Amino acid sequence: MGLILLLVIWLITFASAYFFIAKTWWLPTGASAAAAGIDHHFAVTFVLMGIVFVAAQLILGFLAWKYREQKNSRPARYMHGNNTMEVTWTILTFILFVGLNWASEPIWGSERFRAADSRAVQVEVTGMQFQWYFRYPGPDGKFGATKPELVDPSAGGEGALGLDPNDTASKDDVVTGTMFVPVNREVEVILKAHDVIHSFFVPAMRFKQDAVPGLAIRLHFTPITTGDYEIACAELCGLGHYRMHGILKVVSEEEFGTWLAAREAEKQ
Amino acid sequence: MATGEFAFHETHAHAAPRSFIRKWVFSLDHKVIGLQYYFLALTAVFVGMLLSLLMRIHLIWPNVSLPLLGELKPETYLSLLTMHGTIMVFFVLTTAPQGGFGNYFLPIQIGAADMAFPVLNMLSFWVTFLAFLVLLAAFFVTGGAPLHGWTGYAPLSALPSAGPGQGAGADLWIISIALFCLGALMSALNFITTTLDMRAKGMSLMRLPLTCWAWFITAILGLLAFGVLFAAGILLLLDRDVGTSFFVPLVIVNGQIAGHRGGSPLLWQHLFWFFGHPEVYIAILPAMGLCSQLVSVFSRKPIFGYRAMVYAMLSIGVLGFMVWGHHMFMSGISPYSAFAFSVMTMAIGVPSAIKTFNWLGTLWGGRIRFTPPMLFAIGFVSLFVTGGISGPFLAQPVLDIPLHETYFVIAHFHLIMGVASIFGIFAATYYWFPKMFGRMMNDRLAKLHFWISFVGTYAVFMPMHYYGMAAGLRRYSQSTDVAYMHSLLPLQKFITFAAFVTIAGQFIFLFNLFWSMKAGKKATDNPWEATTLEWTTATPPPHDNFGGHTPVVHNGPYEYSVPGAPRDYVMQTDPRTMEVGHKA
Amino acid sequence: MKNFFSTAVSDATPIGGAPSVAAGQIRQSRESSTLLEARLRRARLGLVVGLVGIVMIFVSFTSAYVVRQGLPTVDPRTDTLLRDWFALPLPRLLFVNTLVLLVSSGTMELARRQIARQAAVTRTSFSNLGAASDRSWNASWLALTVVLGLSFLAGQWTAWRELTARGFYVSTNPSSSFFYLLTGAHGVHLLGGVLALLVAMVALLLRRPIESRAVILDIAGWYWHFMAVLWIYILCLLKFAR
Repeated sequence: MGLILLLVIWLITFASAYFFIAKTWWLPTGASAAAAGIDHHFAVTFVLMGIVFVAAQLILGFLAWKYREQKNSRPARYMHGNNTMEVTWTILTFILFVGLNWASEPIWGSERFRAADSRAVQVEVTGMQFQWYFRYPGPDGKFGATKPELVDPSAGGEGALGLDPNDTASKDDVVTGTMFVPVNREVEVILKAHDVIHSFFVPAMRFKQDAVPGLAIRLHFTPITTGDYEIACAELCGLGHYRMHGILKVVSEEEFGTWLAAREAEKQ
Repeated sequence: MATGEFAFHETHAHAAPRSFIRKWVFSLDHKVIGLQYYFLALTAVFVGMLLSLLMRIHLIWPNVSLPLLGELKPETYLSLLTMHGTIMVFFVLTTAPQGGFGNYFLPIQIGAADMAFPVLNMLSFWVTFLAFLVLLAAFFVTGGAPLHGWTGYAPLSALPSAGPGQGAGADLWIISIALFCLGALMSALNFITTTLDMRAKGMSLMRLPLTCWAWFITAILGLLAFGVLFAAGILLLLDRDVGTSFFVPLVIVNGQIAGHRGGSPLLWQHLFWFFGHPEVYIAILPAMGLCSQLVSVFSRKPIFGYRAMVYAMLSIGVLGFMVWGHHMFMSGISPYSAFAFSVMTMAIGVPSAIKTFNWLGTLWGGRIRFTPPMLFAIGFVSLFVTGGISGPFLAQPVLDIPLHETYFVIAHFHLIMGVASIFGIFAATYYWFPKMFGRMMNDRLAKLHFWISFVGTYAVFMPMHYYGMAAGLRRYSQSTDVAYMHSLLPLQKFITFAAFVTIAGQFIFLFNLFWSMKAGKKATDNPWEATTLEWTTATPPPHDNFGGHTPVVHNGPYEYSVPGAPRDYVMQTDPRTMEVGHKA
Repeated sequence: MKNFFSTAVSDATPIGGAPSVAAGQIRQSRESSTLLEARLRRARLGLVVGLVGIVMIFVSFTSAYVVRQGLPTVDPRTDTLLRDWFALPLPRLLFVNTLVLLVSSGTMELARRQIARQAAVTRTSFSNLGAASDRSWNASWLALTVVLGLSFLAGQWTAWRELTARGFYVSTNPSSSFFYLLTGAHGVHLLGGVLALLVAMVALLLRRPIESRAVILDIAGWYWHFMAVLWIYILCLLKFAR
């Protein structure tokens, strides 16, 4: 029985480790400036914790086999512990865990502690059951007023956001269902939600943030590779949660300019 | 202390009951109440497993028509998910280990005749039972069971208009949880008072079995945490039904402005997780205590580092109240507080690691007997390690960015809390069944049950790590609408089939349990040759646990293989002369 | 604190030691005093533990109160942050009610101490029932406490009516929500205390052993005092943390 335990535990350990190491299923390719740092720290954590995982499981299996009771086994060792070992492995574990965390702090800080660049593209992202809307401020650089009374989701676009037509600033706002951003320029996202908590998640950008009703959360990221990226809602928001997704299109600066100009022209 | 003896006789001034109702229904006997909790949890776990099976089927075949239920709608999936989580966390993991085995064995292991307050004990069970009925009722009201997840985030949980099931079903959910909180608080009161005030002579705190320490610390956590959940539930109920705005700001649902303003959805999360994090320790601590017990008994060796184990559990308890924000890294809290919470969270990994080292240290140099309880204890250690390893990923906010709300989280908490705790419940059942029912459970069936469960749970939950790293999101009723998730469907299929097999294996346990009650091999008073007080008394224990005499304790709980002793175990009540060269 | 868990009855042992009677009776009296001590200690421990649980409920309400007061939310109309906390004017009646509650604590303490003395005296005079006149005095103080407690609750209800007459309902604004929440939660717990007192009165009149009555009254008494302290806390929170 001890041998079977060892074999099963070791087999499970090796099999799972294989799929991790082979990256059969892995984080999507990073496409933002922050992705490299995050992925690197993920790799460091992964290697260290992976070693601990494999070691602990192998030792467990080994001990179960080695100290199985047999006819001629010696009596068990009568001991209540070893204080030196306790202190040693406590300190080592503490260093490992807290060390990992401290190492991650600069990356978290650069993501979240500083405000967006003043030249960033501003996009207001609003989540509502079960659709994302994206608003650009237009040539005047200001987001126009919205009124809850004017919100009409069935109208889509400006209607869904409840844009106030009487506010001059809102006349040039561009509202779309697809998010366009230029590559290599910081994007400032102003996250809002109308009804319940949603979450704006773009896996490739390593970007995730809950959109909370009553809050306007400002975050930023910098896409570095052009392409189409899926946006998936990452906070349970009702029956349509599984289909509340969108597309983030990262295009060249020129394409972005052209696209935006065309949208703004439609507003004249 | 002399008063212990007097108290002993005092609480059992009432004679053993004779009528069926007094003996088995409204019993004051902690042993009967413990069994009542256990069977409530047993019912709940099979309901919970059934719900998860339906979820798994829907995930891989969203359009299949099931017998009786037809095609499952997305909202039905979400209500299955909500009820699965609620039932499992509350009515299984918080009920069987503490209310079930704790109630039965805490008084006996400390040498008492019953719990401190038997009437309160009985009340706490019936309130919990009522809570379960109220929860199940949610399935049958208009709109059905709620769909907001066991975490019940507002405003989704606070707005009846936010989805089907968010009407009466959500109200019943809150009422059920509020009742559960009351039952848990009453139970905690009993556990704490009993442990502090009713230990037999010689049973100092540092001679308590680690199971008793675990139940004691779990009760303290419960005492401090369930009041917070209760308060949060009251506030949510007021928001839903009276129009207050504790949690709901001005919101527009489907074009309609709801009549709230100024509330904070984050307030719900803070209150919920202030409870929720200690809750996960409530779910796992008793199993940790039991694991310590079993690796010691079945290695014939004292637990490695008894004091360290106690301090580790205490620190887990204390730190457990300081880490709740790690559930909210992506919620919109300040990134500075996120960092503070993450440091505390990494710190709490340390005592858990210490316990793991000590379990391994106990096995080392032992003489291991592979009884069913021991197999599940070893399985527990393996699962705890695996589940624990994914913790440091999630504890770091930067890594939480890609992993939050994915299946990586589901893998983490199922392994370290769900399945590990269930293995603890199985281990406890196989271990204490002889004492409770006077018979042994069938050994072959037990081992078969172990292998299917051990391999099966790894097959179910290990792949979820991969799915989550690939950004597969949780609480999605189907992956059909997001291309990158849909490409991961083969993983989900594997998981579903593994789940079928694993759940099927649980029926072996169910059969073994009931069959052995009638036809199992008769058990001696101490079939495992263990040292703690429950093994000194008759099988099953008499009404006052010790047949009229008060136990006097001379030794620690883990005196195995003492050099020079006549046999390889020294009972806690054996005279001290049997112990050579070590002070307990 | 240690005294709370040791005993009140030992204070009441006669100075000259136990009267000289047969050894068995001395042992019996010592045993029964130890037994009462043990029962009191256990009951008080249970009460303290239970009160911790109740305290956590009010800690949560307090934390929600503080957070809500300071919380700005985004006004969708103006896209600016606004705070909508408007401190509720407290009805004057609350202070009258407070006085009533404090007096009831006094009458409660009189009842509690009286039975504690009786329990001590009874031991040494070997009578298990206590003099009839003692019991009726005790019942009176208890009854007065119950009446005062119910008056407090009636007063709270009137204060609520006064607020609704002025247009402040539970959902009117966050300040009013918290007012009704805190006072309501306290009221529910106080009602529980009233029920406990009624149970104590019934026990008193049913001639149960004096130790049982002493323990029930002791626990009910301390709970009652706690309710008064809790009320003062809530009042201060509503009045000063605005």
